[in-house]
Amino acid sequence: MPLTPVITEHWDDPELFTISGYRRHGGYRALESALTRDPDALISLVKDSGLRGRGGAGFPTGLKWSFVPQNDGKPHYLVVNADESEPGACKDIPIMLANPHALVEGVIITSYAIRAKHAFIYIRGEVPEAIRRVANAVREAREAGYLGTDIRGTGFDLDVVVHAGAGAYICGEETALLDSLEGFRGQPRLKPPFPAVAGLYASPTVINNVETICNIPYIVDRGVDWFRQFGTEKSPGFKVFAVSGHVNRPGIYEAPLGITMRELLDYAGGMRDGHQVKFWLPGGSSVPMLTADHLDIPMTYEDMAAAGTMLGTGTPMIFDETVSVVKAVTRWLEFYKHESCGKCTPCREGTYWITGTLEKFEHGHGTEQEVETLVELCGQIMGRSFCALGDAAATPYPAALKYFRDEFVAATTTSADDQFDPVASYVFAGAVAR
Amino acid sequence: MTVTNNAPSGPSPDVAGAGTDVEVAVDLITVVVDGVEMRVPKGTLAIRAAEQLGIEVPRFCDHPLLDPVAACRACLIEVEGMPKPQPACAQVLSDGMEVRTQYSSEVARVAQEGVMEFLLLNHPLDCPVCDKGGECPLQNQAMSVGRPESRFTGAKREFEKPINVSAQVLLDRERCVSCARCTRFAEQIAGDPMIELLERGAKQQVGTAADEPFDSYFSGNTVQICPVGALTSASYRFRSRPFDLVSVPTACEHCASGCSLRTDYRRGVVTRRLAWDDPDVNEEWNCDKGRFAFAYLNQGRIESPMIREHGSLRVASWPEAIDAAARGLATARGSVGVLVGGRSTVEDAYAYSRFARTALATDHIDFRARQGSAEEAAFLSSKVAGAPVSAAYDDLESAPAVLLVSLEPEDESPIVFLRLRKAARAGTQVLSVGATATRSLGKMSGRLVSARPGDEANALRSLDDETRALLGQPGAVILVGERIAGSVGAASAVLELARETGAALAWVPRRSGERGALDAGALAGLLPGGRPLTDEQARRDVAAAWGVEAADLPSEPGLIGADLLEAARDGRLSALVVGGVELADFADPGLAVAAVENADFVVSLENHHSAVTELADVVLPVAVVTEKSGTFVNWEGRPRPFGQVFRDALTMSDARVLAMVAEAMGSSLPADVASIRKEMGALGPWTGARTPAPDTAPGASADGVVIASWRQLLDSGLMQEGEPHLAATARPTVAIVSASMAAALGETVTISGPAGSVTLPVVTGDVLDRVVWVPTNSPGCHIHADLGAVPGTPVQLSAGGAA
Repeated sequence: MPLTPVITEHWDDPELFTISGYRRHGGYRALESALTRDPDALISLVKDSGLRGRGGAGFPTGLKWSFVPQNDGKPHYLVVNADESEPGACKDIPIMLANPHALVEGVIITSYAIRAKHAFIYIRGEVPEAIRRVANAVREAREAGYLGTDIRGTGFDLDVVVHAGAGAYICGEETALLDSLEGFRGQPRLKPPFPAVAGLYASPTVINNVETICNIPYIVDRGVDWFRQFGTEKSPGFKVFAVSGHVNRPGIYEAPLGITMRELLDYAGGMRDGHQVKFWLPGGSSVPMLTADHLDIPMTYEDMAAAGTMLGTGTPMIFDETVSVVKAVTRWLEFYKHESCGKCTPCREGTYWITGTLEKFEHGHGTEQEVETLVELCGQIMGRSFCALGDAAATPYPAALKYFRDEFVAATTTSADDQFDPVASYVFAGAVAR
Repeated sequence: MTVTNNAPSGPSPDVAGAGTDVEVAVDLITVVVDGVEMRVPKGTLAIRAAEQLGIEVPRFCDHPLLDPVAACRACLIEVEGMPKPQPACAQVLSDGMEVRTQYSSEVARVAQEGVMEFLLLNHPLDCPVCDKGGECPLQNQAMSVGRPESRFTGAKREFEKPINVSAQVLLDRERCVSCARCTRFAEQIAGDPMIELLERGAKQQVGTAADEPFDSYFSGNTVQICPVGALTSASYRFRSRPFDLVSVPTACEHCASGCSLRTDYRRGVVTRRLAWDDPDVNEEWNCDKGRFAFAYLNQGRIESPMIREHGSLRVASWPEAIDAAARGLATARGSVGVLVGGRSTVEDAYAYSRFARTALATDHIDFRARQGSAEEAAFLSSKVAGAPVSAAYDDLESAPAVLLVSLEPEDESPIVFLRLRKAARAGTQVLSVGATATRSLGKMSGRLVSARPGDEANALRSLDDETRALLGQPGAVILVGERIAGSVGAASAVLELARETGAALAWVPRRSGERGALDAGALAGLLPGGRPLTDEQARRDVAAAWGVEAADLPSEPGLIGADLLEAARDGRLSALVVGGVELADFADPGLAVAAVENADFVVSLENHHSAVTELADVVLPVAVVTEKSGTFVNWEGRPRPFGQVFRDALTMSDARVLAMVAEAMGSSLPADVASIRKEMGALGPWTGARTPAPDTAPGASADGVVIASWRQLLDSGLMQEGEPHLAATARPTVAIVSASMAAALGETVTISGPAGSVTLPVVTGDVLDRVVWVPTNSPGCHIHADLGAVPGTPVQLSAGGAA
């Protein structure tokens, strides 16, 4: 399957991040067109395109927009979730660095469609470069008359605020993000009410991922038929796949949904020489892992679900046979324990317990009984926690155990480092003196 | 016995097949809980519906009076059609919904068991030394739905313990289960969001901002609703085991809010008091004064009767003291003044009322041990005494607008404040006539109607049309505080405003006994039930009830307030009977002292040594609230009866002591609460013509800088003695002035009044210019004694401390 660079098409243009560079490649043409259309028609267009959220959950974007009650007398808000923090995910930040105007143009079109006069881009605070690029793009767009009052003489007003997060994974959860944006401590909100009804400042709010929004200008410009020629019926379009791990050319590959991991591996130059795939995750640490047996499954929302995992952020992490799965899972759980917001019991206490046990395994302690107990503990979190963070934390271990039970059992007596020489997994392994 | 509320609350259910005569005023939906079909009001939460069936779903964060947060996940249940178990505390039931609790769903049972195991993970097993042990929802629910044994073998998290979130409230963080009940209470109910959850994950903990303790008047409620032993009070910590306590339902004696309480005691000593559940009154809350201020019950008590001999008091036997009192009063019969304290039970006040009119043949009686005016007395006699409930807590909650006149509810009637805040959060417009927009008014989203102290009547008579329109809406309420007595014409103006707008009018006295004393006729010119003394029929009714001739009852209204005190001072009254009065509480303490000093014969009924007992000729010790039964009547006019906590108490109530004195004087009084209640009940309220309403022309504020003041909830009040942790949470004694005045004054100000001066720190507030707000009776500022001032008194201000 060939690559289909769209959002990434002109990333070789070093000036793409400027408004003139973006315009040189047709930028803001979609906006001019969108502003002549009926907002409801734009919502229908996106619905018809079948675009699904690229943040991980894959919720149909047009449907989400249509949940916003219109003519309700309340202000509407668009919030862009640019708090990319998922371990292994590295797609939104490169997009914002290389093509920030696609985001800004998408924001303007989306705001016009849902009748929002204020939009917020909530960017992960640890990435000041991305914040600067997006803020600069917003400034340029304002100077060009794409933002402000009476945009392009249409009577449409829009202001965009670029907001820097303060380093909490939980703030990528959309309702925690809203709390954070409102100045509160970031913790997820009770739903209902859903953000589409009562989100930011208790007003109807659409929250979309960066990549999702970046799709909008291209769909508006090129049409539904063009968009639907890529991907599958249920997963139309293309995806910015960020491939990382033990591959020769890690990086960003924009391809139609439905491409297989084997094809992506080829584009990424294959596994590093002399090594094979041990396990891989289609989209971030929060989705169940797969193995070399699953390389030919189409990377779509539905096929990944059928394989017992999720497309997630579409940022595959590939690990070769030098990696201790015990160690990998322990690192992830340490992350979730550290990032658990503390609000609900299963996530707060469960990550504390599971991580402690995994750390014992990593060092060759523990019992076989505990190997089984951890599965039950994950079950006590999965579906019981307040938000998806708990579910995410409960995901890695059962999936790893499914394929690598022996390694966990062995870890109760033999440390991970004794099972797998850690140096062997380093990219620069060959350069390390043994 | 657990203290957190597990009782069913909320709308009544209509279980299918039963209760068909229930009036259907709300939309009912049909739901199935554990296979039982039931009808519940739309919007009912699954956990509440289950409660109606007697099914207790485990819970920690859930509290019926707090917004659902669904954080603890202990209440997970299975909902038909939903893939994941749902928190019952946040699951709004819809028509036809079928839910299954742990009793009929393995999914729910396993989910609850899992959460319970997690909750115990980091919770210390220090139950044997934890105050909550024995009444702990975590302990109880771990037993009912938890695993027999934990599988956790790791190390539990540790914190330094305890930390003070305030002087009174201590926090043992390792016990906390992060239910957020305390923080939600502080934010949603009290409006004092000074505690908040900090940090993340297992390190999450309750905390305060640096140097900003949880000095909320309602902080004790967080201790009570904490479902574990994380929050404890300094006053109760390590004092007793709950299962060693005897609990008695009581009513709070501190103010006229009328809280229902539970008093716990052990070996004859009260160990703690809790807010008890009374949905009509205090819901499940009370204030810290009502909760913690009870040490006075055991301190400084008068242990035996005393009589004055050769100028000094000596211990006497009861017969000797009763005889001395009776003889002295008989000599002075017809020329006796009676001062009744503001915290008498209605039964005791009734006894004073009857004792004065019969045994003493006098109508010189007043219950207002504070600033009082003839206009106020006329207002109370004409409008309030013996009158049916004109406005209740529920009415505040549903009122479109509430106007406060000379009333600062958070200080002067805290539960009124909580209910007004609840109302304001739902849209009630609160308005306050006064000189300062307090932080408390802000918590009620209230608006100030500016009036300089003394100018209240003018302000009321010149309300703008918008405010009048607000009060003209059906259900609007006007609440009047006791300080209205200090503002000439204000009571008359309020009556006029109520007539004009149709707003309900209620009087919110500060003290717990004032409304009852008024109803009992402990005010000159007024017989029990609001009967005018000057009304022939009223006198005949009362005489019949009292078994005396109507002709023997006084028919001319007696002296009240300062007139009464002056008459005693000037020798026009020869004796005084004083029951539970603190002389410093009068607007002119010097006059009050002179009155007691100059009266030929003074009988003091008191439980504590006081300025009156120092001067009295006969001192008769009487019971405190825990040693007697009785009734307070709260501001609504709602009786708050309470039973005797210590049944073996050796003390007697005022009524019983008065009955003995009366008997020795050849008169008679009912001595026990039951007889008094029966007699009062038989008399009932007056339905005839009432005493005329006052019609006093508006007064005017004095020129220059004037005092604005009220008593803070926590202050130098004698009933707060002996509880230093509570006192430490009191608001600091400061002078509050406008920004421009503060700029001119600097950091401290010396305020000079007719009797002296005080020097206080200056705080900038939303206060009218040329007004200085100070507390009436706080450490370092007792305006009556120190300044010779009352609200409205002109004072001199000078920057800095006195030389």
